[in-house]
Amino acid sequence: MDDQWMSDSVGFDRETGSEWMRYVRVFGTFARNSLVRDMTFRANFVIECLSSIGWTLMNVGFYLIIFQFTGSIGADTGWDRERFFLFLATTWFINSIVQAFFMPNAEEFSELIRTGGLDFALLKPIDTQFLISFRRVSWSSLANFLAGLVIAGVALSRLATREVDPHIPTAMSVVLYVLFCMCGVVIMYSLMICLSATSIWLGRNQTLYNFWFYITNFSRYPMEIYNRGWGTPMYGFFTFVVPVLVVVNVPARLLAKPIDPRTNEEWMLVGWALIATVLSVTFSRWVFRRALGSYRSASS
Amino acid sequence: MATATSSFDDPNPDSHHVAAATWGGRVRVWKKIFTTALSERLVYRGDFALGTLMRFLPIVTQIFLWWAIYDSIAASQAAEKMVESAVGGSELDPSTDAVQIGGFGFRDMVAYYLITMLARAFSSMPGLASGIALQIREGEIKRYLIQPIDLLSFLLINRIAHKVAYYAIAIAPFGLVFYLCRDYFVGGFPPPHLFIAFLGSLVMGFLIGFFLEAAIGMIGFWFLEVSSLLFLYMLFSFFLSGHMFPISLLPDSIEWFVNLLPLKYLAYFPAAVFLGKIPDEDLPMEMAIEAAWLTFFIVVCRWSYSRGVARYSGYGG
Repeated sequence: MDDQWMSDSVGFDRETGSEWMRYVRVFGTFARNSLVRDMTFRANFVIECLSSIGWTLMNVGFYLIIFQFTGSIGADTGWDRERFFLFLATTWFINSIVQAFFMPNAEEFSELIRTGGLDFALLKPIDTQFLISFRRVSWSSLANFLAGLVIAGVALSRLATREVDPHIPTAMSVVLYVLFCMCGVVIMYSLMICLSATSIWLGRNQTLYNFWFYITNFSRYPMEIYNRGWGTPMYGFFTFVVPVLVVVNVPARLLAKPIDPRTNEEWMLVGWALIATVLSVTFSRWVFRRALGSYRSASS
Repeated sequence: MATATSSFDDPNPDSHHVAAATWGGRVRVWKKIFTTALSERLVYRGDFALGTLMRFLPIVTQIFLWWAIYDSIAASQAAEKMVESAVGGSELDPSTDAVQIGGFGFRDMVAYYLITMLARAFSSMPGLASGIALQIREGEIKRYLIQPIDLLSFLLINRIAHKVAYYAIAIAPFGLVFYLCRDYFVGGFPPPHLFIAFLGSLVMGFLIGFFLEAAIGMIGFWFLEVSSLLFLYMLFSFFLSGHMFPISLLPDSIEWFVNLLPLKYLAYFPAAVFLGKIPDEDLPMEMAIEAAWLTFFIVVCRWSYSRGVARYSGYGG
């Protein structure tokens, strides 16, 4: 346990900084320390970046192959090649943020429980959920964010300059896009907190990553494709109960399709994304507290 | 070590070592390794079965993705027909498999993913190459230079035992999923000769996977760290073995090259055999090429092991 960072960062003057600033500064320290740690093993860092870029290239290759055969994903859905690549870039943005900021912490959380390290986290004069969610930043995962920027840039410029049905997003849709991307990150974060809190009850949750992967797998495609046949119950479940389908779909739709001719149904989905964000944060906070309540120290 | 304990019961330990060199002795050693590895694996069977079932979940997403893709191809083809004939073409239903890409209709595509799951379960060797490299780095490999056990046979028997244990447990979830998805297999159960070829390609796929990864692990004799190399291999193998999509979907300019690589035997080839995508007249030749690749990797593996041992200087305690 490297506990040294704690003594540096938490023992600052409490009377000057507001409560909010205090958390920002603590987070800054966490991020800096993670960067130092990542840079200590530089070759490893480079390999991790390259590996995530390789994964991106493979995905892009896969979809390029698919679009050799078809004009769009799903009939009448409007997800043609450029628009779908905007969708893909959105997935990449949200996933890279989640992987950079929350994934390493969620993995460490179950280890903290098993080893009794959570006792120390509980003693710190700072919110426990904040502490265990933001301790580490995996900087190499942000390579995917850059990859997403490249994909989005290419897709946007092709979308704007093409002959048939060109589309330039308005300033309004860009603002909404960023806002709902953040909502998506928050929903994913809440889901991850709920999943990792279960390791307090289970003792250890090693399949966390697998489970996470399988659930978020559903969010990676336009939601229309599930709304048919035996997919409809699944579509409803992942929209309203575990709202992973709105995570990428809402922002990607706001950016990739013109805002003006919109059906009421679409606006309702946007509204639901906001409500779902608030609900999932509240719910995850509640689950986390409940979990802490039943925590029994493993050490001593 | 299984052999070490059994030599205590032996009144004459020397004769035991002699026996190990004969075939009867070898088989006894192999049997012991096998049963030990098998019981080792069966300890976590509940977790195992659940994990196997969960592994099918991503296929659900794939089904819907391909469903949507085939649908939009069918819709655009129907629209073209409308323009051509101006009498109104009937709506093409993707489930009739009128739409084909790369020789695969929609239901074929789903069946393909299911069988590649099976093929990958045979041919994937988690931790083999990195395990060998670790043993070299930590000096553990000298155990095999002292004891009368051959490293490669030991690892191979271990893997066979693990696969047997895997299938003993995984047959229930696999059976369930294949039963639920039986309608996707358009051609029904393949004729006997195809099924035998399929089984053969699975077994050879397993062996190719084993010797290919073991050969990568042998690189550890020359470079102490193989993880980045291994990663590169995994990336290519995921994309080019057919795990992500059938190789016949690739553009022709790339497809012929990928067909020359041995990677397709890890996932694409067994599935293509099962679904009857390999023409009957080409099948013997393809099987022969697979066997040739297998021989090639056995030779490479053996050769690099003996070369590696020759230059090995035994670090570690």
